[in-house]
Amino acid sequence: MTPPNPKLKNRLGESLSGSHIIWEALVREGVEVCFGYPGGAIMPAYDAMIEYPIHHVLTRHEQGASHMADGYARASGQVGVCIATSGPGATNLVTGIATAMLDSIPMVCITGQVPSPLIGSDAFQETDITGCTIPVTKHNYLVTKPEQIAPTIREAFYIARSGRPGPVVVDITKDAQQQSCVFEWNDDEIVLPGYRPDYAPLAEQLEDAVDLIKHAKRPIIFSGHGIIKAQATEALTKFVEKTNIPVACTLLGLGGFPASHPRNLGMMGMHGETWVNKAIQDADLIIAVGMRFDDRVTGNLKTYAQNAKKIHIELDPAEINKNVHADVPIVGDAREVLEELLPQVDKCDRPEWLAYIDESKGDSAVRDIKNLPDLGKLYAAHVIHDLYRFTDGKALVVTDVGQHQMWEAQYYKHDYPRKLITSGGLGTMGFALPAGIGAKFAEPGESVWVICGDGGFQMTQAELSTCAQEGIKVNVAIINNGFLGMVRQWQEFFFGGRYVATPLLSPDFVKIAEAHALTGIRVEKRSEVEAAVRKAEATKGTVVIDFRVEQEDAVYPMVPAGATLGDMIERPHKPGNQEHNPIFETGEDE
Amino acid sequence: MTETVKRTFAVFVEDKPGVLNRVASLFRRRSFNIDSLNVGATHEAGVSRMTIVCEANEDKAKRIEANLYKMVNVLWVDDITHKQSINRVLALIKVNCNREQRDEILKICDVFRARAIDMSPDRVTIEITGPQDKVEGLVSVLRPFGILELVQTGTVAMTRGVEQHDLAHPTVPASRTSAA
Repeated sequence: MTPPNPKLKNRLGESLSGSHIIWEALVREGVEVCFGYPGGAIMPAYDAMIEYPIHHVLTRHEQGASHMADGYARASGQVGVCIATSGPGATNLVTGIATAMLDSIPMVCITGQVPSPLIGSDAFQETDITGCTIPVTKHNYLVTKPEQIAPTIREAFYIARSGRPGPVVVDITKDAQQQSCVFEWNDDEIVLPGYRPDYAPLAEQLEDAVDLIKHAKRPIIFSGHGIIKAQATEALTKFVEKTNIPVACTLLGLGGFPASHPRNLGMMGMHGETWVNKAIQDADLIIAVGMRFDDRVTGNLKTYAQNAKKIHIELDPAEINKNVHADVPIVGDAREVLEELLPQVDKCDRPEWLAYIDESKGDSAVRDIKNLPDLGKLYAAHVIHDLYRFTDGKALVVTDVGQHQMWEAQYYKHDYPRKLITSGGLGTMGFALPAGIGAKFAEPGESVWVICGDGGFQMTQAELSTCAQEGIKVNVAIINNGFLGMVRQWQEFFFGGRYVATPLLSPDFVKIAEAHALTGIRVEKRSEVEAAVRKAEATKGTVVIDFRVEQEDAVYPMVPAGATLGDMIERPHKPGNQEHNPIFETGEDE
Repeated sequence: MTETVKRTFAVFVEDKPGVLNRVASLFRRRSFNIDSLNVGATHEAGVSRMTIVCEANEDKAKRIEANLYKMVNVLWVDDITHKQSINRVLALIKVNCNREQRDEILKICDVFRARAIDMSPDRVTIEITGPQDKVEGLVSVLRPFGILELVQTGTVAMTRGVEQHDLAHPTVPASRTSAA
């Protein structure tokens, strides 16, 4: 049941235009903020918006609007809403929609469409956006009559937020916005005969899982995004504390299980910790919760965790056996399943397995750049580790995609869910700034730090202007290495060091900030990091910090794409092996 | 890994605009290759039935089923590959046929329980319904006469028993109930 909104006049039973009904429906679905960009086919809706208690954020590009709605949804757990016109407005949303789809983010996108008599005529600004977005939405609708608007928007929110969440597009023709009908709002439970969002775990599958757990000597738990979505942190923690099974996190699962918990091993996968990947390869049981065995997590599937039986706990049945065979599939909500398993599993200490993993950490600490001297240079990993220290690990961090994203995952330790927002599945550069703005609207009390590279920042830097116009504060840390760093790293490792199209000339980011009447800070030495972070935190408006970091540093460890998970390229550290180590190179230069 | 065989799915969908596009898009996107797809009305208002034939092993079949179930407009999916079922295609075959060849071709039609439905001095059009292999058999026998045109439907299929397709209370995907 939708709680009555005290700010909303009761207009049930009145004749309203489709435009008004759009906002009646959105407000009834709890929407307070929406992100968008007006244009011809959505103008009637914009005209009616002014009568409703909705804050509209004018973005500088529709892609920004879809990422903001996404960031809003990730930070709050609520459905994010964006709105755009037909044609280019709608197609500009698509990157953001695909980003939300791959990361299962609840989002409703309202788009205008040319008047229904013109559909199919290649009218001005006509695009078949429902056709375009079939593969990148959970569901979509074309609405051509005002009577359909309220029930469709209701359905769209229900589909977006229920089950495995995802984006839903509602394309509304201009004539449907302009025509009127009697406004009705049905508060009954939505029944969609073909839609099954919720599965309860089956008893026999739980029994099979308990049996595998009981006999496992070297079990490991995977904590994925599903833990955060299902608010299963507490349930997982109880389960771990009873069974003493160590936990590895996916990128999107970071924060779902506290980083500081003694059983938390850290991140798995391509840039995961060496001992985590080794533990996975050595495990005899994997209990994967709310994750989907992405190729960046598994490496070569043929050699992946061959000794381990797999229990796959996942809400979406289509993920079962997609990439990795599940010996025991459990389809259900992560929290519900963990809570049902908890009383059935035995208490266990497993000192040998835990000691074995501890031992395999080996010389990792020596190779960890965090523990290496900076020799007067500014390393991205040091910047992020310092940022973690000076924000007390409490910031809501929104990252872009690339090297800085991996360094963030490695060096900013998240103890709470929904404190890391990152484009994991689609890997969308340009995501961070708009998603950070969206997150700030969702959680105005949080200290939001946008971490991005010089490449990604320039993809959507126009949204700084949105920050200025909205008077909203985010702190932007640009990890500026003058390269498209991750591509450069691959070129260094796998393409013979030929840096094709990766050196990047950037504008003066401090001046860019100042051109928006915002604060810009340049940091070139590690000794300046703390002051810059503290100044950014203390400044009222948005602050852009241009961290001029070492240009040719690489993210370690690394499992090359398609290689066996255990085969990791580690940061060279031995004195005789300096040629690939930027730390020693730059040290010698001095 | 079980072997790849031709699979037949009976898929009940809501009769709404774009549903065929959604289903076809799903198969394309997931690289599930469709051999044939047939769609038509059922005895229930608002419900269409698709028969989809594609090659898949057991694992892939379950993923196809689970992915179909994820679609909001899909009501029921039944993998009838290993169920007792009736599978039919309909083909129209236009063949070169002069006066001397007529008797022979009509006899062939009798053997295959096909029917000549149109005839002119130099050609005949034959209609056949049956399982795919029977149609292929007829085509191969007719080929030496010179086939002028051939059109055929995709497979439509129905199980022999009485399936309780309670569309208000659909089943759950097979991937949920068993480890493949």
